[in-house]
Amino acid sequence: MLELLSQPWPWYTSGAAIAFIMVLLLFYGKSFGVSANLRTMCTIAGAGKKVKFFDFDWRTQKWNLLFLFGSVLGGVISSTILKSDEPLQLSAATVNDLQTLGIRFDGQLNPSSLFGWEFITSPKGFLILLLGGILVGFGARYAGGCTSGHAISGLSNLQIPSLVAVVGFFIGGLIMTHLVLPLIF
Amino acid sequence: MKGLKYITAGILFGIIMAKSEAISWYRIQEMFRFQSFHMYGIIGTAVVLGVIAVYLIKKYRIRDIQGNVIAFQDKDRTWPRYIIGGTIFGLGWALTGACPGPMFVNIGYGYFAMFIVIFGSLVGTYFYGIIKDKVPH
Repeated sequence: MLELLSQPWPWYTSGAAIAFIMVLLLFYGKSFGVSANLRTMCTIAGAGKKVKFFDFDWRTQKWNLLFLFGSVLGGVISSTILKSDEPLQLSAATVNDLQTLGIRFDGQLNPSSLFGWEFITSPKGFLILLLGGILVGFGARYAGGCTSGHAISGLSNLQIPSLVAVVGFFIGGLIMTHLVLPLIF
Repeated sequence: MKGLKYITAGILFGIIMAKSEAISWYRIQEMFRFQSFHMYGIIGTAVVLGVIAVYLIKKYRIRDIQGNVIAFQDKDRTWPRYIIGGTIFGLGWALTGACPGPMFVNIGYGYFAMFIVIFGSLVGTYFYGIIKDKVPH
């Protein structure tokens, strides 16, 4: 069983399991949306004293923080008990494209040339990851949700605004991938 | 403990995201280059099943564990925030290969560089809180 679970999961298993998580949270009386935690964290850090947006009772979001904590544990379990030694099966075309950007495919989940110690301690590497994070955090709150809140919860409830947000995710993603990345790397 | 069920749900979520490689920077690149069906399959399956589930929950007025009929909030019908905010989010998603959930799963997996991304996302969230009333929604 453990051996079966350790293999990379096919997309249909994963998709079905994500839908299950969304329904499970609905059944708990909650709504699946991860980026709300970022606002909660700002509130806990004391942002509510200065900015009204963060002035709310964060305890109402405690469940979501616990969910997030669990997802970190899920990462730990995946890299230990359920660790697979198989390299990631990335498409050859992507391997090629990244090669021309100077990013070598190493078979791991994330490239060491982007997340490795050497790169992240360089000013350029640090700034890239920091800026990327700022865009994600700012964009998620501006759009009122991220992949979980809009692409999964929102689309499941046939919300047109969520569809617009997902179109936005792709506009931004395509611009970054095809126009900006070649300038950075 | 009341919170245990949320932690358990989170653990399951983390394992799903990691084991299906949805937390992989490479997979996100592959998606934005339309070079594999993998990520589309994940999101597509989740949405199709999600639509069916939400439809059934509404139709049969399913109740949650507190006994309340499960209700859904409609998103505000304005457009600038979704298209502009979404585009900004997408820029960051493709750059870091991580949306908010996978950032944290990656930390658990051992990619501690994601702490920088998480710190950035908190800065970005805080910045939005400051200028919220000055940007079009």
